[in-house]
Amino acid sequence: MSVSRALPHDAARLHVTGAARYVDDIPVPAGCLHLAFGLSTIARGAIRSMNLDEARGAPGVVAVLSAADLPFANDVSPSAHDEPLLATDRVHYLGQQLFLVVAESHLAARRAARLGRVEYDEEDPVLTIEQALAAGARFEEGPRIYEKGDARAAIAAAARTIEGTIEIGGQEHFYLEGQAALALPQEGGDMVVHSSTQHPTEIQHKVAEALGVPMHGVRVETRRMGGGFGGKESQGNALAVACAVAARLTGRACKMRYDRDDDMIVTGKRHDFRIAYRAGFDADGRIGGVEFVQYARCGWSQDLSLPVADRAMLHADNAYLLPACRIESHRLRTNTQSATAFRGFGGPQGMLGIERVMDHIAHELGLDPVELRRRNYYRAPGAGGLSAPRAAAPRPPESFPGKMKHVDPATDLTSRGAVSDLAPDRARAEGGGNTTPYGQAVNDFELHGITDVLMRTSDYDNRCRAVGEWNARGGPIRRGIAFSPVKFGISFTLTHLNQAGALVHVYQDGSVHLNHGGTEMGQGLFQKVAQVAASRFGIEPGAVKITATDTAKVPNTSATAASSGSDLNGMAVKAACDTIRGRMAEFLAELHQTVAAEVRFHDGRVRVGSHDMSFAEAAEAAYLGRVSLSATGYYRTPKLAWDRIRGVGRPFYYFAYGAAVSEVAVDIRSGEYRILRADILHDAGASLNPALDIGQIEGGYVQGAGWLTTEELVWDGKGRLRTQAPSTYKIPACADRPEVFNVALWDGANREDTIYRSKAVGEPPLMLGISAFLALSHAIASCGARYPALDAPATPEAVWAAVRRLGHGI
Amino acid sequence: MIEAVKSRSRKRLITLTVNGEEHEIAIRPNAMLVDVVRDQIGLTGTKSGCSSGSCGACTLLIDGRPMLACSTLAVECDGKAIRTVEDLADGERLSPIQEAFLDQGAVQCGFCTPGMLMSVTALIASNPKPSHQEIKKALEGNLCRCTGYNAIFNAVLQATGQDGIKPIMF
Ligand code: FES
Ligand code: FES
Repeated sequence: MSVSRALPHDAARLHVTGAARYVDDIPVPAGCLHLAFGLSTIARGAIRSMNLDEARGAPGVVAVLSAADLPFANDVSPSAHDEPLLATDRVHYLGQQLFLVVAESHLAARRAARLGRVEYDEEDPVLTIEQALAAGARFEEGPRIYEKGDARAAIAAAARTIEGTIEIGGQEHFYLEGQAALALPQEGGDMVVHSSTQHPTEIQHKVAEALGVPMHGVRVETRRMGGGFGGKESQGNALAVACAVAARLTGRACKMRYDRDDDMIVTGKRHDFRIAYRAGFDADGRIGGVEFVQYARCGWSQDLSLPVADRAMLHADNAYLLPACRIESHRLRTNTQSATAFRGFGGPQGMLGIERVMDHIAHELGLDPVELRRRNYYRAPGAGGLSAPRAAAPRPPESFPGKMKHVDPATDLTSRGAVSDLAPDRARAEGGGNTTPYGQAVNDFELHGITDVLMRTSDYDNRCRAVGEWNARGGPIRRGIAFSPVKFGISFTLTHLNQAGALVHVYQDGSVHLNHGGTEMGQGLFQKVAQVAASRFGIEPGAVKITATDTAKVPNTSATAASSGSDLNGMAVKAACDTIRGRMAEFLAELHQTVAAEVRFHDGRVRVGSHDMSFAEAAEAAYLGRVSLSATGYYRTPKLAWDRIRGVGRPFYYFAYGAAVSEVAVDIRSGEYRILRADILHDAGASLNPALDIGQIEGGYVQGAGWLTTEELVWDGKGRLRTQAPSTYKIPACADRPEVFNVALWDGANREDTIYRSKAVGEPPLMLGISAFLALSHAIASCGARYPALDAPATPEAVWAAVRRLGHGI
Repeated sequence: MIEAVKSRSRKRLITLTVNGEEHEIAIRPNAMLVDVVRDQIGLTGTKSGCSSGSCGACTLLIDGRPMLACSTLAVECDGKAIRTVEDLADGERLSPIQEAFLDQGAVQCGFCTPGMLMSVTALIASNPKPSHQEIKKALEGNLCRCTGYNAIFNAVLQATGQDGIKPIMF
């Protein structure tokens, strides 16, 4: 069977020969035009006047458009219609699109984009959390609050308490391929758009609105992205819409790509957070109650901030059974880039909050941080005690009730920013004592086993001792070692997005054409899904052609996000393949006077009783027998029912787990550090492709460690992003990868009925990087008695400062 | 028409040998090599990730030395030999370093891959058994946002027959 095989990425051969095409590599028709945005140079104010004459007269310029020139909708928001393609009367951040230059070349467009003469009535921007709170600048009416038990009372009753605050920086996606789109006008006003996007359906929707045509007038195709990481879920809308509008106006193909500096100034990033915490616990470190207040800086527009902030709340427990818990979440509006989806989608920030609490408590009690964590873990399945049998699943919202909420027709229903949840009233807390703060029973908790094995394989105890001894000698180089676990909820928290479609054709020569709604951004989704199809037909994956994601082949897709790509699309593809296989089996059975169940598809052969033929012969026979060899497949995730307002129910189908031990060395004179070693054990269920999964884990860990260490975003007091180039924003380089890097997969199968019992693996490993951050904290702690209370990112400067603080007892 | 003549007169004629093939092309004096190679010669394997000399995606070989095509003026390459990722395979046969990238899963989104391959090709050409330190140094300027570098590192070791690194793909 081809599932569970370690096969390379489907396009790897094209990649190493330079033949893999990204949007900017697609050959364009003669006369293709190039676009660039003119950007605001202040963070907040009213536009008094905009003189574009000079830009219009610049060499190579064909047209310059401002908001008034847009024929239909001026909106690229995935949620609240608060993101105009081109600003109308006010600007909300430095880098906002004001006008659009259409020119004969990329360079000409870019040059002219600098020639807009714009006058503003400048106002003081709202940039910081304090400023936003003072100004009441927020999304939603007030903070969201999720509660379990009475946390305040539990903390008051506890023997010991701690409290503190952690600042958590944002993160630039830095996909190596910048945002890009290409629009090709068609007959009758139709439009074809190639977009580097994780969400072709949303692009289709926004483009259709902007052109004043139904969605069927727009076809969006995405073959691949050069990295996405969430940054291409909603941030590609502006380019695609701009290209389509300009293509409609000029009748010529239009292409746009952001150069890196523009990409960094214009597009949203990971939300930065401040998390204040208070926890009460007993002398053994068992937590009685925790309170969190999460402040998220969301930037100027709503974008996907509400579900991001929700997910931060939903991961405030991480792996720990909190008897009482209160999470308060503030979604603040600031005059900065619109913070957006980024691998983990708020989960990492929420998780870092509770990991900080654990680290702080361990320091306070002088307890081994791993032991402390184990004492607070959720119980293992079947561990007895209070762990009740699996609670009856709430009735799945499979048939929609008659009373559907009225939905604004302009709402982009396939966006995570939509809020048209169906039937949240069915959401209930699940039974049993092993439940999350939002009432979902944790029935698949793998971390006891994972921790045991990882402790052994990483030789944690001995190395911990060695680090202690090393540091006890003093000296300028200190070492730190830390463990951190991950429990990550898998499913879109907007329940209706948990559906997917696929289209499969079997040709008369036995070759298979496969299409599904997921997009390929490097994660290997296409290969995994092809492996599923090949397994269903019993053929080699090489016989399956995976084609570009195309809104004309599979409609109404969700973004490839929330780690859901192979879970959803794998199941949809399986359904389509099984339909065709069933038809073939039935036909062949009848032909050979047996029953369909006796027809076997295996090793490229089809066996019908004593008859044996190649898959190609079977396909040909079925064609001649007038059997349809094409089918769609559809899947929706079962068991979900969730109310995001009350914070109650089952938002997740299951959880994915993992754990890491990181060891670092810190030069306390300079604050410079290195990750010496990382050991990871990660749960991908019964992996569809272990090699691809390990790749996701390694990449996720390094990206997560980068987020919390070297990647620092800095805005000045005017709201200008000062780290807008790779020279000032430092993502991990080759030398930053751990020198010893041991990654293994947990040998287990998903307890839920997912595609071949695999688990999602896109986002969860990112949070393994938290262990690197905690290891730095551990090294710094050797410089004094107090808890270092390190903020993220722990840049060398921050580490240096923390060492000084501790050393001087400040 | 006069416009066109004028703008053409500002152009310069240069000769580039790209992947063994000689091209005589008219370029603007300020044209960057990456744009000439991609847009005028039509070899889009070379990528532009930052256009500012700090990501390495545009790395190609100029007279055998790895250079950043986004930071190199095309005029400066007049008469020189350029080698791009498209030239690494011998027909259908991949070079050992390309094979190793497949075997180790060193390709995810693939956008950094051409630049990585060119840096590694240059490294191995001058140093068939590079040390870990030398590999790190050679890849210093090539950023990858997807892989975390481990697989890329192992691919270099495999291609140079070091550390007993075996393919993980099959
Ligand atoms: S594109 Fe040349 S170094 Fe980034
Ligand atoms: S594989 Fe995506 S940047 Fe390296």
